[in-house]
Amino acid sequence: MTAMKKFWNNKTLRSNTITYAVVILGFVIMQTLSSMGMLGSAVKGYLVPICVYIVLAVSLNLLVGVCGELSLGHAGFMGIGAFTGIVIAAVTAQLIPEGTVRLIVAMAAGGILAGAVGFLVGIPVLRLRGDYLAIVTLAFGEIMKNLINNMYVGIDEAGFHMVISTEQMKLLPGGTMIISGPLGATSIQKLATFPMGFALILVTLFVVLNLIHSKEGRAIKAVRDNRIAAESVGIPVTAFRLKAFVVSAFLAGMAGALFGLNFSSLTASKFNFNTSINILVFVVLGGMGNILGSVISATVLYVLPEAMRSLQDYRMILYAVVLIVVMLCTWSPKIKNAIRAMPVLLRERFRGRRKEAGSHE
Amino acid sequence: MKILQYLVNGISIGSVYAIIALGYTMVYGIAKMLNFAHGDIIMVGAYISFSVTNYLGLPAILSVIISMAVCTALGVVIEGLAYRPLRGTPSLAVLITAIGVSYFLQNAAQLIWSSSPKNFTSIVNLAPLTLFGGQLVITGEVLTTVLVSILVMVGLMLFTGKTRTGKAMRAVSEDRDAAQLMGIPVNRTISITFAIGSALAAVAGVLLCSTVPTLQPTTGAMPGIRAFTAAVFGGIGSIPGAMLGGILLGLIETFSKAYISPQFSDAIVFSVLIIILLVKPAGLLGKQIQEKV
Amino acid sequence: MNEYSKKMIQVPSYNLLREQDADKQPVLDVRNLGIDFGGLTAVDSFQMTIGPTEISGLIGPNGAGKTTIFNLLTGVYQPTRGSILLNGIDTKGMTTAKVNRLGIARTFQNIRLFTDMSALDNVKVGMHNAIRCSFASSVLRLPGYFKAEKAANEKAMELLEFMGLADVADTKAGSLPYGVQRRLEIARALATNPSIILLDEPAAGMNPSETAELMHQIRRIRDTFQIAIFLIEHDMNLVMGVCEGIVVVNYGRIIAKGTPEQIKNDPAVIEAYLGRKECGDAEN
Repeated sequence: MTAMKKFWNNKTLRSNTITYAVVILGFVIMQTLSSMGMLGSAVKGYLVPICVYIVLAVSLNLLVGVCGELSLGHAGFMGIGAFTGIVIAAVTAQLIPEGTVRLIVAMAAGGILAGAVGFLVGIPVLRLRGDYLAIVTLAFGEIMKNLINNMYVGIDEAGFHMVISTEQMKLLPGGTMIISGPLGATSIQKLATFPMGFALILVTLFVVLNLIHSKEGRAIKAVRDNRIAAESVGIPVTAFRLKAFVVSAFLAGMAGALFGLNFSSLTASKFNFNTSINILVFVVLGGMGNILGSVISATVLYVLPEAMRSLQDYRMILYAVVLIVVMLCTWSPKIKNAIRAMPVLLRERFRGRRKEAGSHE
Repeated sequence: MKILQYLVNGISIGSVYAIIALGYTMVYGIAKMLNFAHGDIIMVGAYISFSVTNYLGLPAILSVIISMAVCTALGVVIEGLAYRPLRGTPSLAVLITAIGVSYFLQNAAQLIWSSSPKNFTSIVNLAPLTLFGGQLVITGEVLTTVLVSILVMVGLMLFTGKTRTGKAMRAVSEDRDAAQLMGIPVNRTISITFAIGSALAAVAGVLLCSTVPTLQPTTGAMPGIRAFTAAVFGGIGSIPGAMLGGILLGLIETFSKAYISPQFSDAIVFSVLIIILLVKPAGLLGKQIQEKV
Repeated sequence: MNEYSKKMIQVPSYNLLREQDADKQPVLDVRNLGIDFGGLTAVDSFQMTIGPTEISGLIGPNGAGKTTIFNLLTGVYQPTRGSILLNGIDTKGMTTAKVNRLGIARTFQNIRLFTDMSALDNVKVGMHNAIRCSFASSVLRLPGYFKAEKAANEKAMELLEFMGLADVADTKAGSLPYGVQRRLEIARALATNPSIILLDEPAAGMNPSETAELMHQIRRIRDTFQIAIFLIEHDMNLVMGVCEGIVVVNYGRIIAKGTPEQIKNDPAVIEAYLGRKECGDAEN
């Protein structure tokens, strides 16, 4: 009994447990429904992307919500992971026949490369702060998209080829193109599965939650809270931002690989500014630094536009309006107060009207 | 001669960036927010001008004036409804709201004008200038754009330097709270800034589409981002900086397309931006602010 | 005035060493330090040494450059001229974090706590570099993590108890009363295991009884941890009561140096600072 009470009083332990429980419950429900044949193919098709966006939102939340660094280039890391994953999965097709193992290898490779790029980019870029960092990460995302968009990757008996124009690409007969520039990757073997997506979410939660609730997490929060004070107690601020940046990029790369191996074809334009922004919207609406919030908002906001497909042209405009209204209602001090005062006001109005009506009699 | 032609083209597109960047830099300087909807105001401005000339058959110059008026009103309304209630909240909240506004404008434009591209007829009616026996052609659009951008820059510098409202703007951008205490109407000053920025966006939209004649709901997004890049490039908040940044960005873009690689021009432009920000974080003409301990 | 000031010996150079520290390497040896902002000289020719267990004070009128000197010592600003030797090591070009790891900790005039964190966590952030636990073992929750975390908790609680803050360990730092926040900042600075601690107006906003308690604590910190303390303060009772050596600055330059007795009777100081009778005690 006391153990239970002690557990319940430990706020971090409690909130972590709830987060894991919600994710596991969601998986069990969807998996059961799926095995009972109660899910349509459209809904089934959403499952892996939802997992991917949850991981992206949680990893971006580590950067934006926990560290307070605004990044507008998260889709860039996702793109690196996606195309690395696709290439690795294609190259190792003979070597590793088992699909799940190959998926894991591809995801690990995607994560490592994205993390490495994050490290290289992060060293110079993280000296900047605030809106400047936002603009530079935006620029980074565009550069990545631009580079992938002009990359040609193929494989044949002679080995692995990677060039930057069609003319240079000379494959031996029997060779296959894996990525063909702006046309992207085609005939991808779909290795991604919902259970793997679920596993990736668990890994992400494990890494991010542990990181937040450790000395590293304390230091990260300290840096966000008061950078000068954090430096004065010996915390190497830039090193910390870099660590968070790399971890976040690594997770985004893993998610990207999963995403890439979920479709039969994929172009680099998918990983544009709008995707980065969408992930950021998940984070902000889910609550800065709130991991469970990111999980829920990524799910809801991914499903919402899909569910509104019947509204066709009005769908995105509605999404925009909802976004603005939600932002105003959750952040504006005036509107928040007005909403809080609403029940009282309505009651008074109602009473007043009744009184008026009474006096007329 | 080819190099001169590229130079002219670069200055031309750079001048368009400069006009957008001038509006952006004013708004950023005063409201301290990344207004991602700024690019979409450009698009709206172009559509209004397009509709006025094509559907109503009014003269080009009138279409520009109407377009400026509509965009000014739009800018003020957006600021009042979406941004003002969020004043004082973390900049991220305002940023996301601006993105919401941007989505709204793009999708509203799609509903009104459909997503299929419109062929924008140039509003400029000037004969091209032919030099060196036809080897170098400077079109009327180029002349107009460059001229307008210079006029706008000089006008803004005079406005912020000499007029009461302009000085109030500088005060608000320097220290909003202190300006408020000095009796400067902060809300009204910010509204006026948005009005000016949006009017400039309308002009930029018309000139942009006169140079690059395809008009669709996403037309403004990329130039908007690039113009912000230009503003940062030159030093955010600095009016000559925005002009310089815009022209430089246009030149880098044109020359890298011509001499390095047409496919990688985006990557090159953005790499240059990153390098500039790393070497000189306050931009070319901006001033470095030291944090107080 | 206090028991230590009598033992002060005058060393030929610019030293202010206590007898017990006379033959030891000073913890801080500042030579000809200066900084210009634009064309303006904020600090110039600042030199002094502080012995390993000395309590010294830095006083001067408002705007004299006291906090700028602290910012120079802690690497927030890089000096235009001169050098700072911390335990014999030149800190030129080092970041604030690096300087702290080498032994200088500080508090701030306008308190800079991590307001959203508990008092205990504030101290644990201060212990960051002392907690021996790798990035991997925190993220993967290896056994080393739990051991290090437990040790950190105990040490942090000890420090809180030492500063009389044990009962607010779980309270958010931002919601603590002003005087308590100042003491928490000292606890956090001590957590970095410094060899000298800089206190920027530690008694500001405190009432007389809190100030008296603070004076007692300052001496206790030195005696317990055997470290040097360098403080800026406007409360002359505190400065004269606790400091063994005092440096007076005005317009960025040293105008006097010595024991509290010497400072009190120094005509330059009286003119610049203490002697402005018409202002009375408004400074305090």
